[in-house]
Amino acid sequence: MSTSVETPSPKNSNATDTANDDAALQPRVAGPLRRGVGAKRAVLGAIVPLVLLLLWWLSTSVLGIFSPVQLPSPGSVVEAGIDLAQRGELWTHVGISVQRVLLGFAIGAVLGLTFGSLVGLSKWADALLTPTIGAFRAVPSLAWVPLLILWMKIGEDSKVTLIAIGAFFPIFTTVYMALRHVDKNLVEAGRAFGLSGLKLLTTIQLPAVVPSVFSGLRLALAQAWLFLVAAELIASSMGLGFLLTDSQNNGRTDRLLLAIILLAVIGKITDAILGVVERKAVSRWA
Amino acid sequence: MSLDASTSVRAEETATDTGSGQHQTGTRGKTSQALSVRFANVCRAFPGKNGNEPHVVLKDITLDVVPGEVLAILGPSGSGKSTLLRAASGLDAPTQGTVLIDGTPVNGIDDRCAVAFQEPRLLPWQNIHKNVELGLPQGTPKAEGQERVERLLELVELAEFAHLRPREVSGGMAQRTSLARALARRPGVLLLDEPFGALDALTRLKMQDLLLQVHEAHPTTVLLVTHDVDEALQLADRIVVLGRKPRETAASIAHVFTVPGDRPRNRSDEQLGRMRLTLLSGLGVDTHRH
Ligand SMILES: Nc1ncnc2c1ncn2[C@@H]1O[C@H](COP(=O)(O)OP(=O)(O)OP(=O)(O)O)[C@@H](O)[C@H]1O
Ligand SMILES: [Mg+2]
Repeated sequence: MSTSVETPSPKNSNATDTANDDAALQPRVAGPLRRGVGAKRAVLGAIVPLVLLLLWWLSTSVLGIFSPVQLPSPGSVVEAGIDLAQRGELWTHVGISVQRVLLGFAIGAVLGLTFGSLVGLSKWADALLTPTIGAFRAVPSLAWVPLLILWMKIGEDSKVTLIAIGAFFPIFTTVYMALRHVDKNLVEAGRAFGLSGLKLLTTIQLPAVVPSVFSGLRLALAQAWLFLVAAELIASSMGLGFLLTDSQNNGRTDRLLLAIILLAVIGKITDAILGVVERKAVSRWA
Repeated sequence: MSLDASTSVRAEETATDTGSGQHQTGTRGKTSQALSVRFANVCRAFPGKNGNEPHVVLKDITLDVVPGEVLAILGPSGSGKSTLLRAASGLDAPTQGTVLIDGTPVNGIDDRCAVAFQEPRLLPWQNIHKNVELGLPQGTPKAEGQERVERLLELVELAEFAHLRPREVSGGMAQRTSLARALARRPGVLLLDEPFGALDALTRLKMQDLLLQVHEAHPTTVLLVTHDVDEALQLADRIVVLGRKPRETAASIAHVFTVPGDRPRNRSDEQLGRMRLTLLSGLGVDTHRH
């Protein structure tokens, strides 16, 4: 899982004289190369969205192929955004949605890490809990919605709970699987050097699964956004999901598109932030 | 890397295995005490799958290793060399018989032993220094531990690379780290399972020299599994050959050789050459000879 870019060193393939091959290994290949690659990727990645934007603009504002109800122009979507922002509604929707996602994600992550570690490390917990957790996972998560609403009413609790359920499973599964697959040789080496129990866990098993934990967290964050929209579409009076249904009912396609774009952008931003943390952690632990 | 040929490791042998079992710090302060190892009728069988007969791997291994001795263990692949070492380290328990270190039976992971595995098995997320630190016995005072790690890193010529991660160093450097980690334990018994097997010929020669050097600096009993007859002849006081009798699955001790001459030995010595031939034929057709 190494993220560092290495240039092949001609000398370290058949390293015999240690003093010399060590020197060849010394200079770690550095930023400029990686940054160059990153910039290139960013430019390439921007091409398709820009082309789509252009096509959108051409088909609506210039050629008028679609009616504003079918597909409003980019300009009118921006205007709708400014309008909502001026009325202060935009920030309410965005703010409450982000809050729900972060809260639900955090709760799901903590529970997922806890249960994943427990079940991954202890044969007892595995035998005791895995069938139950498996059965819960088999329930399509949206099936919980009516029950949650019945129990917790249409307040914040039911939505945050649903999001937490959505975030829980990817984390639980990745942590559990990763702990199962920690290199047996490393664990044995740890035991041979006198580590056991908690010390073995913190010295070898947990560090070994850090990279997988982060990929689990990223999956969970994506799930959290998915479940947010589901929760807000079904029952809410605020949030981006509400903006979607509300706009649909009022025939405001411009606002509807705005909500979709906002979901894409905010989702991508939160994922990118987690991605940065992940890269840091992976380069530290893998 | 010259070695003082006159320093005989055999000097340790006069200490008998009736020792008190406590770790003596020794006169030089940084030395551990070499301990005796006794395999007493060791057998190891693995349970057969689906109700099959148990698979007996080792049978009736009885062997005394004197403190400070370097014992090489040779044998064909699958003859149970690793299994034997694992029994001594306490990573595995024999089905019958016992392993005694310094007169007391091995029961569970034994802190008088240290293992260097065939693969370096370093923690990829820690640097070389931290990896060696892992070998320190629990409860080593911090300052003392740091000092020991630094000295060992110097010994294996890794001091200036202490901050690098395992994936940033060569295979030979990783092996030296693994050796240093084992030494950090100040083991009475050092268990080496084909530690140089994966290295190219030149690095291997260097590592062999290093091992002898280490053995002089830190008296310890060494059990060295190897598949390299020349390595055994260079390093060992005695060579044990494991082998099977015809139509048996279990291996036991087929031969024990005492290697003549002090180390470092002349690789072209005539006597060694003859022993080399015997060993090779013993490995090849060992089942008919016993
Ligand atoms: N955990 C285990 N379960 C079942 N059988 C095992 C186990 N460990 C080892 N064996 C068996 O014991 C035998 C000896 O294995 P061992 O690893 O000790 O051989 P070795 O002499 O070290 O071989 P090599 O030179 O190839 O490393 C093999 O036939 C192997 O299949
Ligand atoms: Mg082996």
